[in-house]
Amino acid sequence: MVPKKIRVPFQDETIIQSLQAGDQVLLTGTIFTARDAAHKRMAEQLEKGEKLPVDLTNQVIYYVGPTPAREGEVIGAAGPTTSSRMDKYTPFLLEKGLKGMVGKGYRSQEVIDAISAKQAVYFAAIGGSGALLAKRIRAVELVAYEDLGTEAIRKLEVEDFPCMVINDAEGRDWYKESQAVFKSSAE
Amino acid sequence: MRQIHYQEIVDRVKELCQEANYDLGQDVIQAFEQAVQTESSDIGKGVLTQLIENANIASENRVPMCQDTGVSVFIVKLGQDCHIAGGSLYQAINEGVKQGYEEGYLRYSIVDDPLSRKNTGDNTPAVIHIELTEGDKLEIQMTAKGGGAENMSALKMLTPSDGLEGVKNFILDTVKHAGPNACPPLVVGIGIGGNFESCAYLAKKSLFKPVGERHREREIAQLEEELIQSINALGIGPQGLGGNTTTLDVKIETAPCHIAALPVAVNLNCHASRHKHLVI
Repeated sequence: MVPKKIRVPFQDETIIQSLQAGDQVLLTGTIFTARDAAHKRMAEQLEKGEKLPVDLTNQVIYYVGPTPAREGEVIGAAGPTTSSRMDKYTPFLLEKGLKGMVGKGYRSQEVIDAISAKQAVYFAAIGGSGALLAKRIRAVELVAYEDLGTEAIRKLEVEDFPCMVINDAEGRDWYKESQAVFKSSAE
Repeated sequence: MRQIHYQEIVDRVKELCQEANYDLGQDVIQAFEQAVQTESSDIGKGVLTQLIENANIASENRVPMCQDTGVSVFIVKLGQDCHIAGGSLYQAINEGVKQGYEEGYLRYSIVDDPLSRKNTGDNTPAVIHIELTEGDKLEIQMTAKGGGAENMSALKMLTPSDGLEGVKNFILDTVKHAGPNACPPLVVGIGIGGNFESCAYLAKKSLFKPVGERHREREIAQLEEELIQSINALGIGPQGLGGNTTTLDVKIETAPCHIAALPVAVNLNCHASRHKHLVI
């Protein structure tokens, strides 16, 4: 399968709608990092009626807490963390215009439904390939919550960042579909 | 009585932490290479190939193979005829972790309190288990244990009537429930017996053994092999994207237990099974 080249943030909804569960994609453009602590803080800000530190409209969040960069490098290892820990916060962020997420692992049914209702998409990158994925990150800029260290929000410039569509805008779930194929053939 | 100096332990632990995170063991690399041959899914093969490439980049560029450089877990065997001079063994190990993580560009993944959650800023404290043994050697085993797979681990207090079937079902259910979250292909560490806390330790301890090595007792070795087959038949595959490589290895440790009890602990490890070992 030839990977689809996708520009992020998304320019319009038809691009998202063209993505199908199981598609391999290469993301180019800018994405934002956020994991547990940043999500918790964003949710607290929303609760207080405050503005988020970044406008999430049409944006993609990457669930990652990178290792520090060596001299001359832009980032250390930077692979995906488990997405389900962000499930609790995801519907709120989709309400705020978020359109894509990159992580690894299952999403809750509530999140899968919210992804479909908001015409968004969930991608998985290969967990535990942080050294390899870091090579697709060209620039890093600290955006918010610096005190959270590795969990701060950073803007990443990525080029041909490889991932796969797991939950698409139609509500499909690639984990379920692909595992079923091999379960039946193995038994 | 033999003396080992505090500073020597600090220096060696520091190196151990960095090697664990940069240099994936040959046991795991060989398991990847073998799995590429036997994996029936093309996507699965692709994932395994990229994991080998990732390990090569990490080792060559001295960058961690995974951004989750883990909780530093130590199993230390301290010979009773060995004396640590110049400081405490616990302090020496924690100082080694601190220096290893700071100087090695590794991530700080420990918070000081589980509820208020402030990062300690140096990846300490480590989790340190010390066993007293005969002789005058100090043996230190270290693993950098990632949070994703640890979160999907489980312990259950089964009872004798649940039997071996109950044990197998609990193990398979735990792996099924973990799916892609624990970063398969997994190394599955299992403790059977003991009591509530020692059962969990048995499971953790089993993960320090090399991938591909079978248990010394034939019956348990056969159970390990049977579980490898039934876990791989679940179809989860590399990264949960489907396939027949869900586990690289299954490790079992057992211990005597109470007449009323049959505890089982399943400690999952991601494919980055980082365990290093040294003897002073």
